[in-house]
Amino acid sequence: MTTTNSSNVVLDINNLVVGLGRKADAHRIIDDLSLQVHEGETLCLVGESGSGKSVTSLTVMGLQQKGTLVPSGGSVKLVGEELLTATDRRLRQLRATRMAMIFQEPMTALNPVVPVGRQIDEVLRAHTDLDSRARRQKILAMMEHVRLPDVERIFSSYPHRLSGGQRQRIMIAMALVLEPKLLIADEPTTALDVTTQKQILTLIRDLQRDHGTAVLFITHDMGVVAEIADRVAVMRHGRLVEAGPLQDVLRTPKMDYTRNLLSSVPSLVPRAPRPETSEPVVLEANELSKIYRERSLYGKAREVAAASNVTLTLRKGRTLGIVGESGSGKSTVARCIVRLIDPTSGGVRLAGREISDLSRRLLQPHRQKIQIIFQDPYRSLNPRVTVGESIAEGPINYGMPRKDALARARELLELVHLPPDAISRYPHQFSGGQRQRIAIARALALDPDVLVADEAVSALDVSVQAQVLDLLDEIQRRLGIALLFITHDLRVAAQICDDVAVMQRGRVVEQGPAAEVLTNPQQAYTRALLDAAPGRGWDFANFRPVSEGIVATA
Amino acid sequence: MAIDTLPESSLPVTRPFRVKFGFLTSTPIIAVATVCLVLIILMAIFAPLLAPHDPLLLTPAQRLKPSSAQYLLGTDAYGRDLLSRIIYGARISLVIGLGAAVCSIGVGLLIGLVAGFFRWVDAVMMRVMDGLMAIPAILLAIAVVSLSGASIWTVMIAITIPEIPRVARLVRSVVLTAREEPYVEAAISLGSSLPKIMWRHLMPNTIAPLIVQGTYVCASAILTEAILSFLGAGISPETPTWGNIMAEGRAYFQVKPSLIFWPGLLLSIAILSVNLIGDAARDALDPRMKQREGK
Repeated sequence: MTTTNSSNVVLDINNLVVGLGRKADAHRIIDDLSLQVHEGETLCLVGESGSGKSVTSLTVMGLQQKGTLVPSGGSVKLVGEELLTATDRRLRQLRATRMAMIFQEPMTALNPVVPVGRQIDEVLRAHTDLDSRARRQKILAMMEHVRLPDVERIFSSYPHRLSGGQRQRIMIAMALVLEPKLLIADEPTTALDVTTQKQILTLIRDLQRDHGTAVLFITHDMGVVAEIADRVAVMRHGRLVEAGPLQDVLRTPKMDYTRNLLSSVPSLVPRAPRPETSEPVVLEANELSKIYRERSLYGKAREVAAASNVTLTLRKGRTLGIVGESGSGKSTVARCIVRLIDPTSGGVRLAGREISDLSRRLLQPHRQKIQIIFQDPYRSLNPRVTVGESIAEGPINYGMPRKDALARARELLELVHLPPDAISRYPHQFSGGQRQRIAIARALALDPDVLVADEAVSALDVSVQAQVLDLLDEIQRRLGIALLFITHDLRVAAQICDDVAVMQRGRVVEQGPAAEVLTNPQQAYTRALLDAAPGRGWDFANFRPVSEGIVATA
Repeated sequence: MAIDTLPESSLPVTRPFRVKFGFLTSTPIIAVATVCLVLIILMAIFAPLLAPHDPLLLTPAQRLKPSSAQYLLGTDAYGRDLLSRIIYGARISLVIGLGAAVCSIGVGLLIGLVAGFFRWVDAVMMRVMDGLMAIPAILLAIAVVSLSGASIWTVMIAITIPEIPRVARLVRSVVLTAREEPYVEAAISLGSSLPKIMWRHLMPNTIAPLIVQGTYVCASAILTEAILSFLGAGISPETPTWGNIMAEGRAYFQVKPSLIFWPGLLLSIAILSVNLIGDAARDALDPRMKQREGK
């Protein structure tokens, strides 16, 4: 637990103001922010997109876009030294030696054409007088320290040879090799799978304990907060909403915003199961396989099974979730079912009709029965086409007169809780959550029997995510649509799915009712996934640990 | 955001990424280039009003006269007024420049769209394009013109053909990236027909790079036409084109250098203006800058 002792404050941010541009009346990205991070403490900076948490970290590092983001007031002190007025030269010295940063995407943060060992070496060459032998010793020791296997080989490997988790370990090694006082971690585990995320979080916590580093940990994920934070600071629109020790903020949030944010986090405890139905089966996948063949000039062709023998059944009005980590083949299955790609073998029956072997032309009439929503609402809508035209495109394709199709688009916009006048606007005038609603309206325009949602809420902030999930639930109840819900997020799966199929390396390893699979998993892999889910001990929406909840209801 | 708020209804309904022509006055140099080009275009359009003499009228008594009140830039070896010939010459240059740009973009766009979308067409088409690119443009143009006879149309076609592969490649590369976009996949699952997907979802992505490419084609076509005329493989010598004027003036260079100087100067100004505008267009329409604004 933290001792609030002013003597060991490592990072001291006081009344920081960062404006957009140099003008005095410039829009304030950061407004009057004050934070302290103490030695050996982890402060989690939480907020939704646009809350200014990343700008805060970049300002501390002096890496903000010069001329665009201008710190115009307040102070940022690192172990007593003012950073806002420090020269570029001094800031360069301080980076790596006193403060270091790790980023979200380790692939883009590492130089792809330099071996990782040499990239860490660069830090040592710039800041120490060690000779090359001593540097190499130090780097190898550090790589062992971040628990990389086979360090000699990895030392001379290029970033693309390493896995995402290994790359992030290299980033951590690079950041910590000179034992800085302050480590800033900007969403370091967001791009990683849950099992890898768990390892990285443990690693950061262990290293911090050993070295007494102060950690400023930026995240949007309440689960991660519960795992790693000593103290929590909640930001919104560039202002500090609330700050305090982890237990206080999670148990007794003082501000409404924090309260809303926490209650939006879906619980890992599956929702009460809906009664079994005898509704007709609308979608069936039978031993569906997709094999990618990699032909090479010499030697044998390499085969990669992105999906093998996947069998799924979905009834009208039900939701089937496919969960798994990246590369497990869940998206491949979805795309085979929608026939965006052709399955190698196996069958897909849509409303009793086999569609997997139909030609493009014969498939045309069946397309309208199954529609898909994509992950990234910024890319799934054509920026040059109005919202109305986008929604009306499907019905027009199937012969509806343009005027009727646009009228239908209006109705659908109301169904997804957008004003009908949105029809003549362009996608860039809407936020991410609104765009996802538009994408849903577009998919519904054809009255499909099955809606496939491929990570449809993964790119959204939790509060928006909760709204979109509610919307999907409402639509399912009103229209009796069947949902195939692909997600990597077990929390989301627990809240929306009736049945769950867990996929690993192209195979379904476990399948069954959500309540059973997610509370009493039979397979080791499912158990590992559940174990790795961050913050599994917390029931955020009820402001208490899960264990207390069980006691209370028992 | 706790509540997924709507943007204010006062937000104007704007077309995003529509090609804006504000860049034409972005810097003084671009503005000067724009003015020059506009003047040359006006000169070509109003040539009959501006030219003091008939550009084809032979007056052998007035051969190689220096500048005077009657002949502002003097006369050529056949006693024709140089100024009038230069003014009329702008017509041919601009028609061929614009014509070649429009034709090569039209054909190249079609080939590029199809090649970008169908892999088997791609394999065949792109090899044909590679073959075309391997032939020097001038040689190909000379061959086409000498086989089919010189006229403004054959010259235009001769200049267009070697430009098509460049445009096709450009369009193909844009289509190859755009077809991976989820909104294209969404259109497929909405049951849109292929022509509709190409026209509505893929083609608009190519407009900005095509405008830029078009200016380059235009400039190079004007130049190629002048070279062909200069080599005697272009439009018939009595027709006033800047290349023809210079070709004839070559023989009298030591007697009257202005025969080459004035058409050469106008040719340079025209090409420089078009190229500068092309560069400005590229900067203004750069997709990365667009993304920055769009986000």
